[in-house]
Amino acid sequence: MTPRHTAAPALSIGTEVRRQLGRRRTFWSLFIALALPLVLIGAFAIGRTSSPATGTRLSDLAQLGSANFTLFAVSAASEFLLVVIAALFAGDAVPSEASWSTLRYLLVAPVRRARLLASKLTVAVASTAVAIAALVGWSLLVGGVAYGWAPFTNPAGGVLDWGQLLPRLGVAAVYLLVSLLQVAGLAFLLGVRTDAPLGAVGVAVLVAIVSSILGQIESLGDLRNGLPLHYQRAWLDLLSPEVDWTAMRHGVLWSVLYFVMFVGLAFRLFRRKDVLS
Amino acid sequence: MYAVRRALGGLILAIAGLLVCAPLGLAGLAGQTDVVGESQRVSVGPEPAGEAVTLDVSVWRPATGGPFPAVLLAHGFGGSKADLVERGRALAARGYLAVGYSARGFGDSGGRIHLNDPAYEIADARVLVDLIADRPDVRTDGPADPHVGVVGASYGGALALMLGSTDPRIDSVVAVVTWHDLADAFFPQHAVAAGAPNSAASANSAASPGPGAASIERLPEPGPFKQLWASRFFAAGSSPSASAGSSPSASADVVCGRFDPEVCTHFLAAAETGNPSPALLAMLRAHSPRPLLAGLRAPTYLVQGMRDSLFGIEHADATARAIDGQVPALAVRWIDGGHDGVSSTADADEQALRDWLAQTLSPDPRSSPDPSAAPSTPDFVYAAPIPRRQSVAPLVELGDYPGLATWTTAPFADPQPARLASPPGGQPASVATVPGVGALIGGAAAYQLAALAGQSAAFDTTAFTERSIVVGSPRVGLTVTSSRADVVLFVSLWQVTGAQPTLTRRLVAPVRLTVTPGQPTAFTVALPPATWTVEAGSSLRLLVTTTDTTYAVPREARVDEVRVASGLLLPRIEGAADVADGGSDTEAIGVAVAIALLLAAIGASAWWDRRKRQHVPDRPDLADVPLVVDRLVKTYADGHRAVDDVSWRAERGQVVGLLGPNGAGKTTTLRMALGLITPDSGSVYLGGQPVHPGSPALAGVGALVEGPGLLPHLTGRDNLHAYWAATGRPDAEAAFEQALDVAALGGAIDRPVRAYSHGMRQRLGIAQAMLGLPDLLVLDEPTNGLDPPQIAAMRPILQRYAASGRTVVISSHLLAEVEQTCSHVVVMHAGRVVLTGRVADLVDASDTTVIHLDPAASPHLVTEVADRVRADAAVTSVAVVEDEGDCRLVITAASPRADVVRAVIGAGADVVGVSSRKHLEEVFLGVIAAAQTERAGQAGEPGSGQSGQSGSSDWPDRPDGTSESITEQLRQVRAR
Repeated sequence: MTPRHTAAPALSIGTEVRRQLGRRRTFWSLFIALALPLVLIGAFAIGRTSSPATGTRLSDLAQLGSANFTLFAVSAASEFLLVVIAALFAGDAVPSEASWSTLRYLLVAPVRRARLLASKLTVAVASTAVAIAALVGWSLLVGGVAYGWAPFTNPAGGVLDWGQLLPRLGVAAVYLLVSLLQVAGLAFLLGVRTDAPLGAVGVAVLVAIVSSILGQIESLGDLRNGLPLHYQRAWLDLLSPEVDWTAMRHGVLWSVLYFVMFVGLAFRLFRRKDVLS
Repeated sequence: MYAVRRALGGLILAIAGLLVCAPLGLAGLAGQTDVVGESQRVSVGPEPAGEAVTLDVSVWRPATGGPFPAVLLAHGFGGSKADLVERGRALAARGYLAVGYSARGFGDSGGRIHLNDPAYEIADARVLVDLIADRPDVRTDGPADPHVGVVGASYGGALALMLGSTDPRIDSVVAVVTWHDLADAFFPQHAVAAGAPNSAASANSAASPGPGAASIERLPEPGPFKQLWASRFFAAGSSPSASAGSSPSASADVVCGRFDPEVCTHFLAAAETGNPSPALLAMLRAHSPRPLLAGLRAPTYLVQGMRDSLFGIEHADATARAIDGQVPALAVRWIDGGHDGVSSTADADEQALRDWLAQTLSPDPRSSPDPSAAPSTPDFVYAAPIPRRQSVAPLVELGDYPGLATWTTAPFADPQPARLASPPGGQPASVATVPGVGALIGGAAAYQLAALAGQSAAFDTTAFTERSIVVGSPRVGLTVTSSRADVVLFVSLWQVTGAQPTLTRRLVAPVRLTVTPGQPTAFTVALPPATWTVEAGSSLRLLVTTTDTTYAVPREARVDEVRVASGLLLPRIEGAADVADGGSDTEAIGVAVAIALLLAAIGASAWWDRRKRQHVPDRPDLADVPLVVDRLVKTYADGHRAVDDVSWRAERGQVVGLLGPNGAGKTTTLRMALGLITPDSGSVYLGGQPVHPGSPALAGVGALVEGPGLLPHLTGRDNLHAYWAATGRPDAEAAFEQALDVAALGGAIDRPVRAYSHGMRQRLGIAQAMLGLPDLLVLDEPTNGLDPPQIAAMRPILQRYAASGRTVVISSHLLAEVEQTCSHVVVMHAGRVVLTGRVADLVDASDTTVIHLDPAASPHLVTEVADRVRADAAVTSVAVVEDEGDCRLVITAASPRADVVRAVIGAGADVVGVSSRKHLEEVFLGVIAAAQTERAGQAGEPGSGQSGQSGSSDWPDRPDGTSESITEQLRQVRAR
């Protein structure tokens, strides 16, 4: 009896993508991300006021045009929606297989355990990236149709034309993705540890909430910089005419640190884990 | 009045925050050197009325050693020596002798407040220097000349400067947030003479004023009365409770409290009219460092705040200019605190102050924890604006005060003249800043309160194209045409980002001019010195108002037309780095290092694990055996030993049944065989290759363990394809058609699995296990959920599968099913293998006799017979099987069958039949009964859970202690 060695890797990325694609979870996550801009437009239409195009918040200027609308939608989503989506994609990846009892069959297929986690994590992060990209692209389109294509007016001063804005929007999307890695990493670790899909998501979101509460305690001072998601809004620095990269640099580094820590732990745990599910 | 005093408490706290809170950090050090404190009263000069005055004085010094350099500490207005205790002890712990006292008119000291009158308060301080000089434990520079410095904030700061100017024995002066000229503080004038530099060219000349130079060419007339601050100042000194010893009948005392009556009278007059009398101005000027500074020869350290609407940076600037060159050392520090708030760099400020004292007074290194070689204080340090999302201002150090300034001009976007009115009575008044607090509210409302409609004019610069750092006193040329002669205007500098103006530095420049009504008058405003960062894309706004709530304004109604005569002149200091980009980013470096360490740790850990993992070698001798289970042991985390030294094998062509009651360890064994669970010891070989998680040998195994695992959102067919895709092997090897035949789902194969029944899922699970026609098929309870025809259909499939040279392992409870399907069985019980062999051999064994008893026999009799037979030495085991009206004894014995039958009849049983052939069920029960009897015989084995009453008579008990026959257990199993 000779084991059949094969060239194709077990549980390739494509295979994992196909496993996740038809899921309602995936559908609803993307649906909500895409529904958000429409909901916002609806809300603006209902609450239409004669407010002038002034103010210091993105929401004040959201109706100026596609660019402002997109920035507002992304800023609104980045606070909570994207955090939940990232936690859902990453935290649900392994426990969902466990709950369908398919995890053991994948492992017997055999898929090496590190390979299984790597594929799952890659697809989870990629799904989050797709959600962000879809949100940005869809907001640009919907915002343009609803409010026109005016260039971006920064409520904090300055105007960015499309040529300046689009690359920065790309960087902002990448920054958001990187900054969500810490949430994804935590959710992934909890998923590997607990086998409870919603538990992993819930705890990851809870950590994000607790972190934002602690972030409001002034007396913690610079200690707060290390809180998960502390620099979540640093991408707004990209909107100034001159970009200050300091906060984004910190945000990226902290996020990568947490991601490496959580994912490293997850791999270590899973490699030795007795799969009983 | 009470409310005012409450507010004043806040003011004192704010000042205390600068100087008292910071030494808290030193409290730990105080333990290193024991500090001795003592109080005494010191007689000083009498009051003008002749009343004798003593001061309440405290001295703190290290318990041992000496002589020490001395530091005289002076408190702020409204305070007392109690404010100085912490600082005094902290300094003593660092090797200084610190002297703190309550000034005349404050605390427990006698006398009245003369507002730092050189003849009273300053003379008092000289008496204290005499006192210090008399102490033997103070270091001296000469006869009666102690080595002494003086440190004070606000009221005490002016005293420090004035004492240093009038007493040559002083060796170091530290003046924090204090005044240069008290008249300028209460009647500030920010209009400078026409012809002041308003172009970059003249600013660069040698005579150019530095960026801080706001005071040097002010117009001579006093500015508007800073009423709110003056009232607070007055209230702090006139507290009735403080006027001990004064006669309640004297009417002046009731109003003036502890103020000297002369000072009080002048103040009251100014407060009532809003205009200073010449006598008041003369008195205030005399009670200031300004006229005395020519005598200052001691090293001087000036700390002034940008959050200070009482004594702005222009005061320290004027002092610095007056003494520059005449003192051996001069250092200036602009902090972002002051009378309106605490510095964001309080800790660094305190350290800098300590360094200054160490540098100028050099305490004895033996009694000081820090060496006298303190870092030298830079000539000029300023706090840059706090960057976004940070809480501490970056500090910029320069080697020269004020450094070389260059002036840049920011043009105004719309220099149209604006008309603004001063309302009759001066009300309502614009609120730009709240004394003692700075800002009560922020955001858009703050601007709305400051820029009252009709009373204000706003001039915006064009948007800045690049980020600019402004350090110093910006200037602007204005022209005013007024309806009246007495014009009072207030100018403030707002930063506009987007549509939102923000008063970053909450300071207002008041201007008072005497003009000819109807004639334009040009003047230049020197705005309060501070530091600003103007981001590219934002702009600056000059706000001109006719009223300000802090100041007394003319009560007559007036209309002014104001136009900007120049651009906004902004001072920049050469070498002032853009601190936001400068400096090392310690946070980024720290986190990056942490990431690197973490990656290194992960790498090392992975390497170590790989090394540590016991490498189980291949077993070429087993290459031809599909499955070998070799001495497996597994104990779960809860201490339950599920599998205990289990060994068996499955050969090619065999259908092996794994039998055992619940909890026997069957599933755990199978999971270990599949690499899902890591055994504590022992190994599993598939074709001679050891199994570990992800082992490639598993490619030759198909499995169904504890129910099927299917993706509910995919159809049955897609599930098979998805599973096969996960293996990464080509579709050609999958044999989908055969698998679909096994599943026999018909049209349901293309429906989503979530709609499937239990049996359909089970069949799909078996089909999935057979994908790729694996050499070894492991099925755990495959008939679960199948109806009898489906079970019957499955049987030949499995047998044919094995007949093709492959191997099937089935674990099951259904003994009859196993008997019909399997060629071999492995019986497990309580984690051990109790029996292995061919089914045919097991059911037809020569040492076993099955005796059918009369079904009508009473159970009691059957039990009795069994006991008697069991008592025979040759009998190994006796099992009673009662089944559907049939009652059998299954007896295993070493003696011939005839003897056994004879023994049973002899025991009194009614035998109706004898056979050698038994069902697997009987074999199973027999071996398990024997195993349990054996275990029970090994009395007291902990954790075994078995409590068989004896080795002889009764059926073994269930682990949970309920006495129930094994047959009964079996029935329950079958009923499932």
